[in-house]
Amino acid sequence: MTLLQFLIHNRAQIFQSTLEHMWMVGVTLLLACAIGIPLGILVSRRPSLSKPILGLANIAETIPSLALFGFLLPVPWLGDRAERLAIAALTLYALLPIIKNTVEGIRSVDPSVRESALAMGMTDWQILFQVELPLSLSLLFAGIRVAAVLTVGIATIAAAVGAGGLGEFIFRGLAMVNNQLILAGAIPAALLALAADAVLGGIERRFRFTR
Amino acid sequence: MLPPRASAAHSNADSPATNEVAIEFRNVGFAIQKTQILSDVNLQVAAGETLVLLGRSGSGKSTALKLINRLLVPTEGEVRVSGRSTLAWDAIALRRGIGYVIQETGLFPHFTVEKNVALVPRLENWPEERIRQCVAELLQLVGLTGPGLAKRYPHQLSGGQRQRVGVARALAADPTILLMDEPFGALDPLTRSEIQREFQHLQKRLSKTVVFVTHDVREALLLATRIGLFENGRVHGIYSPAEFQASRDPKISACLATIHPETASATDTDGARGEVK
Repeated sequence: MTLLQFLIHNRAQIFQSTLEHMWMVGVTLLLACAIGIPLGILVSRRPSLSKPILGLANIAETIPSLALFGFLLPVPWLGDRAERLAIAALTLYALLPIIKNTVEGIRSVDPSVRESALAMGMTDWQILFQVELPLSLSLLFAGIRVAAVLTVGIATIAAAVGAGGLGEFIFRGLAMVNNQLILAGAIPAALLALAADAVLGGIERRFRFTR
Repeated sequence: MLPPRASAAHSNADSPATNEVAIEFRNVGFAIQKTQILSDVNLQVAAGETLVLLGRSGSGKSTALKLINRLLVPTEGEVRVSGRSTLAWDAIALRRGIGYVIQETGLFPHFTVEKNVALVPRLENWPEERIRQCVAELLQLVGLTGPGLAKRYPHQLSGGQRQRVGVARALAADPTILLMDEPFGALDPLTRSEIQREFQHLQKRLSKTVVFVTHDVREALLLATRIGLFENGRVHGIYSPAEFQASRDPKISACLATIHPETASATDTDGARGEVK
């Protein structure tokens, strides 16, 4: 059986796993944005928090993913369901690029633009929502893009704790020394990563303003 | 038997026609950490006049300007706007009543010309109809009337056009005070002299209280009612343009020397009119 035949034959299962994978990645990115963007804003407002917050996010990034899944296993509510556990771990990984790029984006706003905004009598919130965040969108989406590509990859490892997704094929293939099985997981995962990269890259370019 | 009221035309340069003081510096000092940037600054700006703060880079003139709209707060003394210390003002209310134009324009790159100009009226929640009308009038006023210009983004404009938008934005909510920090400094000489003359006319019509920072002596002489010469964070003196030109003060002579070698300054380069829009 050729690889193509194998893929077509198992298309229902592959499709199912791809959906699971996308769901995991999607929820992870939403959570990481919901936590990371406010943290990034906080860091841009209180530079003294930059070291502790970015430091922690950096440390999370260095923990090997398999080990991180293991560490989170005994955490009460998280360890109850494999999916929950996987999403928590993935969110920790996705945080760093999002926090970093939020901070970077806000810092990249031309100081003369910020000064004018202040001099025109805008409040801090108005400056944040009408000036700094809109002008940060391009860099912010660059961060989300990095996080997305990263998460698609690491999410395959979540199968090790039984969270499902495309990693199932890969782990099964490894166990059975079956390359076709491995590829049935790896190819869709790679395609997903490429698609996320292209879509988010497109959004990123749309928000690039000429200064 | 009463003597006739002293004529209003007693104006010599030191006490401008109106007695109403719009801005006042009282023994103002400003320091960042240990570095003293301004010391003992005493100034009065009368309503409707154009006070030009002249001095070399680092003389503290821009800092003085930022003390007026409370972008900075004096470390000694006080700055009073309309008779109230800037610290007694609500910072937002104070700033909305003061237009601010800077060399880099500070236009919002993600806003069209129209939206940039409408910024303060929108913050003040004017009705849309009034905003539209106001923006149209202002663009007319600063000579930005090309078709479709209002819908363009700042990066699609020339330097001169951008600066005009900056002026229009500063004037939008009809502030009584206008602060300008080397607004025309980054423009090419031809555009600069054109826009300077336009501004001169504009000022005659609007009679705002203007504080104008520059290091260009010619610009100072052209636009000022009075010139405040800044030197190392202190006010060296305040002069009318006539006094300034007649002065024997070595510091002033040094300033004037920058323009006198070529007395041709008076003959305005007429080619300046043809700026490409």
